[in-house]
Amino acid sequence: MIPSSFDYVSPTSIAEAVALLARQPDGAKVLSGGQSLLPLLKLRLGQVEKLVDIGRIPGLEYLKEEGGMLKIGGRTREAALEHSALIATRYPILHDTVRVIADPIVRNLATVGGNLAHGDPGNDHPATMLVLGAQVVVVGPKGERVIPIDQFFRGLFATALEPDEILTEIRVPTPPSRSGGAYVKLERKVGDYATAAAAAQVTLSATGVIERAGLALTNVNPVPQRAAAAEKHLIGKKPDAALLNEAGRLAAEASSPNADRRGQVDYKKEMARVLAARALQIAVDRAGGR
Amino acid sequence: MPQPRTSKEISGMGHSMKRKEDPRFIRGKGNYVDDIQLPGMLYMDIVRSPFAHARIKSINSEKALKIPGVLAVITGETLKQYNLHWMPTLSSDTQMVLPVEKVMCQAQEVAAVIATSRYIAADGVEAVEVEYEQLPVIVDPHKALEPGAQVLRTDKKDQKDNLAFHWEAGDRAATEKVFAEAEVVVKEEIYLPRIHVASIETCGCIADFDKVDGHLTVYMTTQAPHAVRTVLALVAGHVGLSEEKIRVISPDIGGGFGGKVPVYPGYVIAIAASVVIGKPVKWIEDRMENLQADSFARDYWMTTEMAAKKDGTMLALRIKTVADHGYTNASANPSKFPAGLFSICTGSYVLQQAFTEMDAAYTNKPPGGVAYRCSFRVTEAVHAVERIVDVLAQKLKMDPAAIRLKNFIQPEQFPYKSLLGWEYDSGDYPKALKLAMKNIGYDELRKEQAEKRKRGELMGIGICSFTEIVGAGPSKTFDILGIKMFDSAEIRIHPTGKAIARFGTKSQGQAHETTYAQIIAEELGIPAAHIQVEEGDTDTAPYGLGTYASRSTPTSGAAAAMAARKIREKAKKIAAHLLECAEDDLVWEVNKFTVKGAPTRSKTIQEIAFAAYTNHPQGMEAGLEATFYYDPPNLTFPFGSYICVVDIDRGTGMVKVRRFMAVDDCGNIINPMVVDGQIHGGLSQGLAPALYEEMPYDENGNNLAGSFMDYLVPTSMETPNWETDKTVTPCPHHPFGAKGVGESATVGAPPAIANAVVDALSHLGVTHIDIPITPERVWRILKAKGVAQ
Amino acid sequence: MSMHKIKVTVNGAAEEVEVEARLLLVHHLRENLRLTGTHIGCDTTHCGACTVLLDGKPVKSCTMLAVQADGREIRTVEGLEQNGKLHPVQEGFWEKHGLQCGFCTPGMLMTSCALLEQNPHPSELQIREAISGNLCRCTGYVNIIKAVQYAAEKQQAQKEAAHAAA
Repeated sequence: MIPSSFDYVSPTSIAEAVALLARQPDGAKVLSGGQSLLPLLKLRLGQVEKLVDIGRIPGLEYLKEEGGMLKIGGRTREAALEHSALIATRYPILHDTVRVIADPIVRNLATVGGNLAHGDPGNDHPATMLVLGAQVVVVGPKGERVIPIDQFFRGLFATALEPDEILTEIRVPTPPSRSGGAYVKLERKVGDYATAAAAAQVTLSATGVIERAGLALTNVNPVPQRAAAAEKHLIGKKPDAALLNEAGRLAAEASSPNADRRGQVDYKKEMARVLAARALQIAVDRAGGR
Repeated sequence: MPQPRTSKEISGMGHSMKRKEDPRFIRGKGNYVDDIQLPGMLYMDIVRSPFAHARIKSINSEKALKIPGVLAVITGETLKQYNLHWMPTLSSDTQMVLPVEKVMCQAQEVAAVIATSRYIAADGVEAVEVEYEQLPVIVDPHKALEPGAQVLRTDKKDQKDNLAFHWEAGDRAATEKVFAEAEVVVKEEIYLPRIHVASIETCGCIADFDKVDGHLTVYMTTQAPHAVRTVLALVAGHVGLSEEKIRVISPDIGGGFGGKVPVYPGYVIAIAASVVIGKPVKWIEDRMENLQADSFARDYWMTTEMAAKKDGTMLALRIKTVADHGYTNASANPSKFPAGLFSICTGSYVLQQAFTEMDAAYTNKPPGGVAYRCSFRVTEAVHAVERIVDVLAQKLKMDPAAIRLKNFIQPEQFPYKSLLGWEYDSGDYPKALKLAMKNIGYDELRKEQAEKRKRGELMGIGICSFTEIVGAGPSKTFDILGIKMFDSAEIRIHPTGKAIARFGTKSQGQAHETTYAQIIAEELGIPAAHIQVEEGDTDTAPYGLGTYASRSTPTSGAAAAMAARKIREKAKKIAAHLLECAEDDLVWEVNKFTVKGAPTRSKTIQEIAFAAYTNHPQGMEAGLEATFYYDPPNLTFPFGSYICVVDIDRGTGMVKVRRFMAVDDCGNIINPMVVDGQIHGGLSQGLAPALYEEMPYDENGNNLAGSFMDYLVPTSMETPNWETDKTVTPCPHHPFGAKGVGESATVGAPPAIANAVVDALSHLGVTHIDIPITPERVWRILKAKGVAQ
Repeated sequence: MSMHKIKVTVNGAAEEVEVEARLLLVHHLRENLRLTGTHIGCDTTHCGACTVLLDGKPVKSCTMLAVQADGREIRTVEGLEQNGKLHPVQEGFWEKHGLQCGFCTPGMLMTSCALLEQNPHPSELQIREAISGNLCRCTGYVNIIKAVQYAAEKQQAQKEAAHAAA
């Protein structure tokens, strides 16, 4: 499997990269970790005139808490999240998520920004970032924009990112106390996309009532989105099994998966329900609800 | 386990000697086909059909040929000039090398681009324009066999339907009578889907034709280099390829499992290209080509029935199979056995009657019918019988272990003549099953299961007590394209007592360099470390049919022992000469001849070897070497009992193999470490089709699992920690009592796993689940039975 | 199609080569540098036969461009043995029968080597997780896990011996 010919540039600043992209908005494409893009090019499913490799731009790989936010550099490798004590202890939902993305070797190159910018509803980060209420920072010729994650995913492989923009940072608001989150994925084997997966993030009140709830599913909708009805149903209630199951049911009901080798539509919807309930249960447990 | 007879220094039979091939592999110094680079070498890439059935209206190479570095585009028309556009299959059917009229399956080779680099060749493939006219597609073998179905093989004049062949074994009428009169009859439709061996190395070759002297050297991923050489001479003799000028070299092979037995069109096109252009041509498949075009395994639809008495006594077995062969019958089976050794389907049990028949169909799918790590179609046969035995036990509310123990062929009944014509060499089936039950704690597991059922948890225990049939085969019945299935060994002892040995087989990871050396070490006392083993070069190795169907130890391994014994006979004469005594006064002990009653008077094999070149008796031929072509008197029948424990997630349908105990009996063991390694690998390739792998097609003949994205080879996370144990029942007719072991576990594992899953659901009235047992498949059952969570 | 002069340090030796932008790292290693120990098994990042260490971390060299490796350090299976002494993971695979056909072995070795550098005492589950991006068709993984455990123990013993000597 050999890709078609293309040109390659490796700018050393964001400004330079943006200028290169702006010059060739239709033919140039950002190369980040390359773990989705290069297989597509090798399969000749995608054509590109120029790859703009952002791998040599300094200052795009970091993880830090600052001003009530977790800031993740756009090119931060999945492996960096996986091995981060900060992530494991403060953002267990992100830890859950990175550990089931592709396989450990792919995670050494694959980037968080790439996982979002690819706009693939089968990717794992979108659901997690949706329930965390993340913001996506992008830089283009007109400067920086901050896009709420709810407005980032626009369609199948389509995002709010313009062809001449680069995703530079993901900002995750640090959840308040009595919060918990979890990501639960059903995959046929390691390395597979999700048959279905669920991301859940909850905050409990002092009395154990759900104050805030985030629930989103992977690979069962053409566009990653929050399960609004399910979230609404959870608010203000005590999290017992029946409630979480009902939320799972509502989330599944709103999903519209496609049939493929991973399963028929009814199976995937049912898995969305089961996994959503399981993710919510773990999230509630982690929030101290048990 | 018997103790080794030789010291660790000699490392004969029974020593877990570290592998002699490993030093190169762990340094990255293996020599696989794609590692070889010849001066001036060109690269070939193949244009493949996107359609499963289509007429080729035109092939336009103009754009491709304009790409700098593209030298040629080869089509069926090119090959037709040499009458090389069709070739025979191993089953004496015919297969297109490149089409001139129509394509018959998706991913079929349509044209080949020859270029100066693999990158340019790939660009060339994209630039070749092919115009197709799509034709109606048949993917279902049952539909293919319906009266009035479109006849696919319009190239065959006498072919009036899509029946590739009909085959049967056993007594139909007598079996029907037993069924008609039986107290109990059970029946299941069992489908073993199409799967793919998916060795991590794909297939490929370098064809290197020397235009000056007419020599053709082919480096290729083949499990049977000699057979390939002869086939090439037979099919391309008319264009000047003569067998003495053909050299096939099978270098290190990155896994074979049967997938590297057939001669694929790609090899033939590369050879034709090299002959025409006069330069070496390399062709290496990518993974998609490998999965989509190369030979498949299984694809048997087996209607399986068993008749029995109410007390659980088995009476008769009947299996009617519809086999999907794709567009041509390219099965790698011995000629007289179009359904392979499927007639081992009576398994480990005493029956009164058995009958089996098969209709093999042509469909618009890639051809094949290779083994996937089993002797010819044995996995299919074992799956059918081991599943139906469980179905019977369930119907009679008997424990699956008890019904097996009640019906096993007993140790004293061996050699046992099976109903379908085989003579089982040796066995102790109850011993193996009882050992497996003891090791895994069968009774406690049943108690645990009962407890869990009360709580609504799903846990299952599955048994498989298989009998294999390997080591093909005796020349009176076994041949491939007429070439008898003996195999060979040639041993040369050097003056300093070291040796080189060459074989007609070809290891693809089975450790022949180590185990063959150990066989010779056992027979001659020369340390295995001092014995160089070589295979795979037809210019140097003695003729043989290659490595597949667990035949290497039963045939070439036996030949090694027999050749060594010939050498020992001659060594005895030399020893008698050196010790000035009669041959009858000498006794052989491990590595030397000693004069009876005079233990200090002896000559070691090393001393004898030196004398063979420096001081041999007058009138005797100098040297110390022998060749042996071993024609096995019978096949060998390895067996074993496997027990698998599974837990099922009621929410997702996911099956988790919690434990798996494999008790194997492969007769005497050459290298216990290697045997365990073979079993671990076989178990993993049993787990894979049981739970993960499948090569399905949609109604248009599109492959739905054409890359590792959807063809699910299990990783270390899905694979359980295999537990193994052995019983040892030597083979009575093999020179050192061995039976072969490479494939037992692939055969035995899938029914054990399937039986465990069905067992977990048996209280819900479930009697059968086809493999692969995907979470969705299980969930649908859970849902239907109202127990999904 | 742009051409690029790249300098990649492979197993300690820096080599400057001009490459096409689309050249995959695995082909650079295998064909330009003739380091054929790194294999190609699947083309889609599933099998890991092409695994090499990029600045010490395992990556799949079939899914990386050679130009991306410009100025970086690559370690391949050929670089494991030092001064005629096998790396503990090489010894482990040999001792514990962690390989059969040998085709996945270089990738497995590189992944195992990186694992032990990061985590000298991995549990069985940690080993299973670490090698889950490398497919093996022959061994069933059981002996590969034993091989990595052997290497971990060996490395520990070597460290203790070095410590005692110092």
